Order: sequence, then structure tokens, then C-alpha cells
Amino acid sequence: MFTVFGVPSPALFGQLLLGLINGSFYAILSLGLAVIFGLLNIINFTHGALYMMGAFVAWMLLNYAGIGYWWALGLAPIIVGVFGVVLEKVLIARLYKLDHLYGLLLTFGLALIIQGIFRNQYGVSGLPYAIPPELAGGQRIAIGSTPIMFLPNYRGWVIVASAVVCFATWFVIEKTKLGSYLRAATENPTLVQAFGVNVPLMITLTYGFGVALAGFAGVLAAPIYSVNPNMGGDIIIVVFAVVVIGGMGSILGAILTGFGLGLVEGLTKVFYPEASATVIFVIMVLVLLVKPAGLFGRSA
Amino acid sequence: MPEAATMSRPAPSGTAAPLLAIDGLEAWYGESHVLHGMSFHVNPGEVVTLLGRNGAGKTTTMKSIIGIMGRRRGSVRYDGVETIAMASRNIARLGIGYVPEERGIFSSLSVSENLTLPPQVKPGGLSVEQIHELFPNLKERAGSQGTKLSGGEQQMLAIGRILRTGAKLLLLDEPTEGLAPVIVQQIGRTIGRLKSQGFTIVLVEQNFRFAQTVADRHYVVEQGRVVDMIPNSDLDANIDKLHGYLGV
Ligand SMILES: Nc1ncnc2c1ncn2[C@@H]1O[C@H](COP(=O)(O)OP(=O)(O)OP(=O)(O)O)[C@@H](O)[C@H]1O
Ligand SMILES: [Mg+2]
Repeated sequence: MFTVFGVPSPALFGQLLLGLINGSFYAILSLGLAVIFGLLNIINFTHGALYMMGAFVAWMLLNYAGIGYWWALGLAPIIVGVFGVVLEKVLIARLYKLDHLYGLLLTFGLALIIQGIFRNQYGVSGLPYAIPPELAGGQRIAIGSTPIMFLPNYRGWVIVASAVVCFATWFVIEKTKLGSYLRAATENPTLVQAFGVNVPLMITLTYGFGVALAGFAGVLAAPIYSVNPNMGGDIIIVVFAVVVIGGMGSILGAILTGFGLGLVEGLTKVFYPEASATVIFVIMVLVLLVKPAGLFGRSA
Repeated sequence: MPEAATMSRPAPSGTAAPLLAIDGLEAWYGESHVLHGMSFHVNPGEVVTLLGRNGAGKTTTMKSIIGIMGRRRGSVRYDGVETIAMASRNIARLGIGYVPEERGIFSSLSVSENLTLPPQVKPGGLSVEQIHELFPNLKERAGSQGTKLSGGEQQMLAIGRILRTGAKLLLLDEPTEGLAPVIVQQIGRTIGRLKSQGFTIVLVEQNFRFAQTVADRHYVVEQGRVVDMIPNSDLDANIDKLHGYLGV
């Protein structure tokens, strides 16, 4: 064991790990919000509720159908994504010609309804979801004979899985033909449509994809946090701050800011725990003062 | 609208069916009524210009043809198909390519991504190589960000990208606006080549000297209507009248 500024190394690295885990969730959730905001121009307040729904779908698949974690990791995002497609088609699509505020109110109201339904059905005490047996246990990490930290396997997996999903999403959007349609339609949907592209369909699928990311994060979260109707509401406020700091609509910004702020939060827990709950919001205020468009945002 | 009815006129006799026939077209921005019964036609293989002062409604006419004016009425027939109630993506798919006045180059796309963005809507479009041959600058700068190009190069990109799609009717909204004379000449030669390859072109121009070098006929637009049609061969004879229309 060694110390850094008087903090024992396992405590420091333990908090950094926790920060990175939180950062993984911030990154996937803010990525989905950024993709949706870019194309639909709405701030999707249902995002937290759909993250929660992803966790619940995983729980239901296991408890009602005997379908385990690995299948749920693929199925729950699809189910949440299809649910999102229906929401977009039936409700959200009616608002594009109106002020942003209406989209915000609608998605906020939907979030309350979805959360209310789950709270009614399952209470607020939280349901357990076991870590898949393949990822139980953990690794003792040491340099020579100096112990650095204990890394639970599941947490390592969450970080890797989030990083891979974020990278893949970034790659598809920034480097592929499909992504070029998305980028172009984000800039000028009318013109892309005037070239013969079915932009309304793209919008629907993008919304479905964005909320599927939230569903995926929900499944990842289920074994770490208990499956709870309030889990989305708790995290989404921080995620909105992350999106504001990173810059609305910036894909890379959302990912880097998500992971980065998770780490900052972890470090704050070590060195100045009193501020750990507010540090992200303090950073948000500072960034807004200096760079109103966000760290990675293009000013409009 | 009664005025729409009076403005409508039959296609001139002795020519093949027009590729584009516009009759009594009206359009609005919100409450503001901008087109008041536009009527004109374009025959296959023709280059036709819309001339007129600032704010006459030329851009609005182009937007109405491609279907991105929210509120429009009257008749726009392309190749015999009535498009007035169609979504713009379906109008484009009939074979119409649109170059907007502001060029519409995407800044988050590279030059080559911009070039290949519009999907193929009909067979027979130019290949990327042919477009590069037409506009060599686009090849050199294929990897640059689209909006890092000069104004002239952006205009070439905006034209080049719709040549790939197989569109047969090209709508070019002021392609020479703000460009240096050599670039204007290059665009003029390009339009000539495209015409000789059988493209049909509607060209919005403020510069009738340029329009004269490329067009077959000119329609004069004033306050949302076509008020005159001048064949290119008669342009010089009508120069005073035209000066009056354009206020130059
Ligand atoms: N987005 C808009 N909202 C409201 N009014 C508009 C809009 N765009 C154009 N107009 C008005 O519609 C009328 C026709 O404009 P349009 O752009 O079609 O003219 P134009 O002939 O293309 O002019 P220019 O030569 O300046 O390009 C003008 O009076 C203009 O002020
Ligand atoms: Mg114009």
C-alpha cells in the first residue's frame, strides 16, 4: 500500500473506479441524449425513465420468462427501442413544428407516467438482480507486492462494455455512410429530404436507437444498483449537466465528458467528499460562463 | 383564386410535352403570400432562366418545385406527374436535383461525403470520376471539410453532388452569386456541357449577361408572377425592357 496526498492507494483507486463506473453510465446516457437532440431538437426527458425501463425489462425477462443477463443485454434495448419508436410516432412527432418547450414538457410528462406505472407495480424498495455467474468475483490488482486495488469483474465489464458501445456509436455516426446521413440531417433536414431521403423515418429510428442506448445502460446497471423505479430520475439530472458541459449535440463531447466527469466526481469523493454531489453542477456553471456552447459544442 | 385561373395558359403548340409545367402556383411563408399564380413551362433539354429583382419570388418558386415550401397551391407537373401535394423526398425521386441559393454544403461532412450524400434516384447519373473530371478541384480536396472550400468550389460541389443522382431536371438557384469571373465562366461552361448531355435546367439569375450565354429562354418574375417571356435570341432587342424589369 502507498499513499497519494495522504490518501491510501486502495481508497483512491476504489473511488476512481466508482467514478469510472458512474462515468460509463453518464457517457452512454448523454450520448443517447446528444444523438436525439442533434436530429430531433428535443431534450428527451424520458431518457432516465427508459434507462430504468431497461433495467426492469431485464428483471422481468429473468423473473417472468427465465431469460438471463446475456440475452437481456440484447433484448431489453430492442424492447425499449421499439417502445421509443412507438412514442415518437404516436406522440413526439406531432410536436416538431412547435416550440422546443412542448417537446420538453411532453417527454417530461411521459417520464412521470412511466415512472409512476413502475412505482405502482413494483414499489420503491428496489428489486435485486444478480451479477451473472460468469462475471462474479474480482481481481486483486497489485504492482509487484504492492496492492493497488480490488477490481470486481462485473465493474470492469461495465466499463469495457460502455466504452465499446460508445466507440461503436461514435464510429458509425462519424465514419460511415449511414452516419453521414445522420450528420447531414442534423444540420439541414429539409435539404436532405429534398435529395430524396426519408428523413421522418430516420428521425424515428434515431429516437429508437437513442433510447435503446438508455435501455442498454439500464441492463448494465441492474446488477450494480438495485432495480428501482427512481433510478432513472436520480441519474438523469446529472446526465443533463454532463450534456450541457459537453455541448448539446456533440457526439464525442458527450462520451468524453461522461467518462471525464465520472472521474472528477470520484476524485472529489476522495479529496473533498462534501463537494462530491455538487461538483458536476459547479463545473456546469463555470463552463456555461466561459463557453456557453459547452466544451465540445459548436455555437449556434 | 381567380387570378390563378387567369394566369394559366396552355403549353405552346408545336413543341413536345413540357418536362416541367407550372400553372397558377401560389406559395406562402406563414401568413405572407409570396407567389401569386406563377405559370411557366420548361421543355426537355432546355435551359430556362428565372430573372427578376430581389424578393421577386424566384427562390420561392424553386422551393415550391422541389416541395419544401410548407404551404403551396396550384399545379406543378413534372413529366406528367402532379407534385403539388407530394413530399419533397418523393418529388426528388421523380428525378429532380436541387441546388439551393445558400448552396447547402454540410460542414460536418467531408467533400467526398457531401458529394455522395444525395441518393441515386434514377439510373444514368454521372460517376464520381466524371464529376471529378468536370470539377477537378473537388478531387484534390476530397478529404477536406465541406465548408472549408472556397465559395466557387462549394458551388461546384453543390452542383456536382446532384449530377450523381440520375436527376434529369436541375434546379440551380443563383449558382454564380458572389463568385469571381473565372469561376462564373467555368460554371457557364459546365451548364453548357450539361445541356449538351441532355439535362434540363431551370436557372435563377440576377446577372442576365451571364444568363444570356447559357439559356434558351428567360422568364421575368415580378411580385410572385411571371410577367414576361423572352427567347434568348430576342434578348438584345429587349434590353431596355429588361433593364426596366430588373431595375438596373
Ligand atoms: N423564410 C421567409 N420567411 C418569410 N418571408 C420570406 C422568406 N423567404 C423569403 N421571403 C419573402 O418572400 C419574397 C420572395 O422571396 P424569394 O427569396 O423567393 O425572392 P428571390 O426572387 O429569390 O430574391 P433574391 O434575388 O434576393 O434571391 C420576398 O418578399 C421575401 O422577403
Ligand atoms: Mg433567391
